[in-house]
Amino acid sequence: MSESVKGNGAAKALRWVGTRAARPDGVDKVTGRARFGADLFAPNMLHGRVLRSPHAHARIVSIDVSGAEKLPGVKAIVTRDDFPEMPSEWSPLGELIVNYHDMTRNVMAREKVLYEGHPVAAVAATSPSLAKRALAAIEVEYEVLPHVLDPVEAMRPDAPLLHDHLFTAGVDPRPETPSNVAKRVQFGHGDVEEGFAAADLTLEREFDTRPVHQGYIEPHACLGSVSEDGQAELWVSTQGHFSVRGHCARLLGWEMSRIRVTAAEIGGGFGGKTVVYLEPLSLALSARACQPVKMQMTREEVFRATGPTSGAHVRVKIGATRDGRITAADAELVYQAGAFQGSPVQPGAMSAFAPYALDHVRTVGYDVVVNRPKVAAYRAPGAPIAEFAVESTLDELARELGLDPLELRLRNAAREGSQSSYGPKFGPIGMAATLEAAKAHPHYHAPLGPHQGRGVASGFWFNIGGETCATMNVNEDGTVGLMTGTPDIGGTRASVSMMAAETLGIPLERIRPIIGDTNALGYTFVTGGSRVTYSSGMAAVQAAEDIIGQVRARAARLWDIPVEAVEWQDGMVAPAGANAGEFDPMSLADVARVSGKTGGPIVGEVAINAQGAGPSFGTHIVDVEIDPDTGRVSIARYTAIQDAGKAVHPSYVEGQMQGGAVQGIGWALNEEYIYDEQGRLENPGFLDYRMPVCSDVPMIDTVIVEVPNPAHPFGVRGVGETPIIPPMAAIANAVEDAVGLRFTELPMSPPRVLRALDEQRERLQAQAAE
Amino acid sequence: MARVCLMSSLTAFTGGERVLEVDAANVHQLMRRLGERFPALAPHLDDSLAVAIDGEIHQDDWFARIAPESEVHIMPRIGGG
Repeated sequence: MSESVKGNGAAKALRWVGTRAARPDGVDKVTGRARFGADLFAPNMLHGRVLRSPHAHARIVSIDVSGAEKLPGVKAIVTRDDFPEMPSEWSPLGELIVNYHDMTRNVMAREKVLYEGHPVAAVAATSPSLAKRALAAIEVEYEVLPHVLDPVEAMRPDAPLLHDHLFTAGVDPRPETPSNVAKRVQFGHGDVEEGFAAADLTLEREFDTRPVHQGYIEPHACLGSVSEDGQAELWVSTQGHFSVRGHCARLLGWEMSRIRVTAAEIGGGFGGKTVVYLEPLSLALSARACQPVKMQMTREEVFRATGPTSGAHVRVKIGATRDGRITAADAELVYQAGAFQGSPVQPGAMSAFAPYALDHVRTVGYDVVVNRPKVAAYRAPGAPIAEFAVESTLDELARELGLDPLELRLRNAAREGSQSSYGPKFGPIGMAATLEAAKAHPHYHAPLGPHQGRGVASGFWFNIGGETCATMNVNEDGTVGLMTGTPDIGGTRASVSMMAAETLGIPLERIRPIIGDTNALGYTFVTGGSRVTYSSGMAAVQAAEDIIGQVRARAARLWDIPVEAVEWQDGMVAPAGANAGEFDPMSLADVARVSGKTGGPIVGEVAINAQGAGPSFGTHIVDVEIDPDTGRVSIARYTAIQDAGKAVHPSYVEGQMQGGAVQGIGWALNEEYIYDEQGRLENPGFLDYRMPVCSDVPMIDTVIVEVPNPAHPFGVRGVGETPIIPPMAAIANAVEDAVGLRFTELPMSPPRVLRALDEQRERLQAQAAE
Repeated sequence: MARVCLMSSLTAFTGGERVLEVDAANVHQLMRRLGERFPALAPHLDDSLAVAIDGEIHQDDWFARIAPESEVHIMPRIGGG
């Protein structure tokens, strides 16, 4: 079931925006015609494979590739010696800030291996089996070192040290000794001690979460081809091919113009495909062999060597008055970054209390390295962990105060003009609107069955804009080719085309969208940060307006009247009034037909750095049912409510809300990495790393709230990230409602829940015996 | 003059001052003038930052306009997944 709630500023009547149009890539997807990363082949292609570390932490004493080199059919081998050293500094790359000293070591280990699965060498051979044999023939001598997996343990002074050069940033004075703590951050305003002094009730709780993987269906895959003159082409499954070009150029020491990158269709990313793993290896191998090199990961490699999001330890303290006004909020967050610095603790600390208007708030975060794969972005990076802790504590606070949990949130909800916990004041936002929608929803008032409980939680994410290009070519028959540079993951070719069609006033079917390669468009930032419908949509609208301006100018010259006397109405140019003269209106097709004689092809081009992305808030309601015999928590009913600003294509907005909710359900109930004593992953596959499948979840009902973002021509806010934030706390809150147990550790898997239920039964029996 | 609020980690380079009055017409001028006023801060006014002007976050937008009555927050840049 889907519903929609209109906020202020209802839009004018629209023909395409807000409809559920067919997606332009739909036929290719359902017929298997679409080409994903692993579908790419080239003549004379080699097969690349990666040798990975069997140890969680070890010094590399030596690497001997001579045995592999002698194998017939082995065409190239690369190791640490084939990648230039990089300084340890934060370098801008497009919109990214990257430490290439770390990135080059993550792509190929140098002095040490820092996690099981860390690449040590890569080979290219004429067949996959030969490449595998070549890996077995490479001899690596390791000096195994003690390892550490948990971020709190990694902070201890006696913990195994991953990096000799890592000194904690953000503390004064600078530490004299290195540690695993890369950075300390702090946000907030007011005086939390004063705020807690004014509280009638203060709760302090601690929470633990585990790293979870993005779980995209399609493993990483690419095909690199470097010719004898050094020109390179790369086809890759990625969220941002311009970023891939930049990273590869830096890691290999090549000029960017040598590398042309084309984004394949992508089978999911969720943030995990904003970084590079195989791509520079494929290019380096191809450069040596002068043959194309295809590389693709197995699922096991994806788990062992690509970024999950952080596991964390979080302490939250919230004080409130008896009538439910929060007087102070404080949190300390410890996030593990994996083997290299750069966990999402900063956005976690910024977003922890963002849904609420607080006078006194403080968050302190620590970025901690451990012997696990380097974390990568995952939907609203950092926020789900922090907001799980905050929303769980708020629920307890509501119980203690005897308040409805939605009412407690409403009394403290951030609204337009509220100062956010990370600094600036909010513009028009939909936090309160999502809470009101939840309160009014029939789900919230439906009766519960046996062993069932209900929970709610809210979430916030910033959303971003960024550098974005769009080109629109008007064909001779008036149809339009629309090219953008943001890989389409969630149906954005449709939504961007719909905004272009709306602006031009032409049928949607007359626009054909494609994703251009890195030579076809100017730099365009990744598909991430919930930015594509916002930014590429804005660029497409401006490109359409560019076309309209050109068409009006050409009509004015044809009619020999001032351009101001020509107006654009419903896809036609027409005289603006009787005084402008009597001319028959001309369609885009009419003007396109004579474009060669009126100045040449009509091309709309826009290159922008989109600003003004509006934050998104959501509130979820969940009913759980707990099996007292097995500890299994089932989702009985789920409703996700979110402010989308304007839902350009409601089906895709709902899809984002449903997908985020289901990923959050997996995070809450099942997903975790299991390591052995040596720090080796024991469950690198979907049979043992349990993500939800369709049979695990009910239909996720959605309610789209629309509080338009004034910075966007159609009021759009990003929607992709927020829906993964509320589920963990909503489910934990529902579990407490069902069985009276508060889970502060994720996942709430059957063994953990059963153990808690058994302990609860023992406590009750002991009390009864007394 | 615009009212400029620094994120906590930057106050180590301003002698603890967190809220400042700065005469700047855009982000580029703001960063330059902050760097001139607090030389120790200058190296930290880098690409890792974003600037919120009257509630709207700007990233990599040097020419974003700042009005004399604007409230400006200097904060970390935002990414996403």
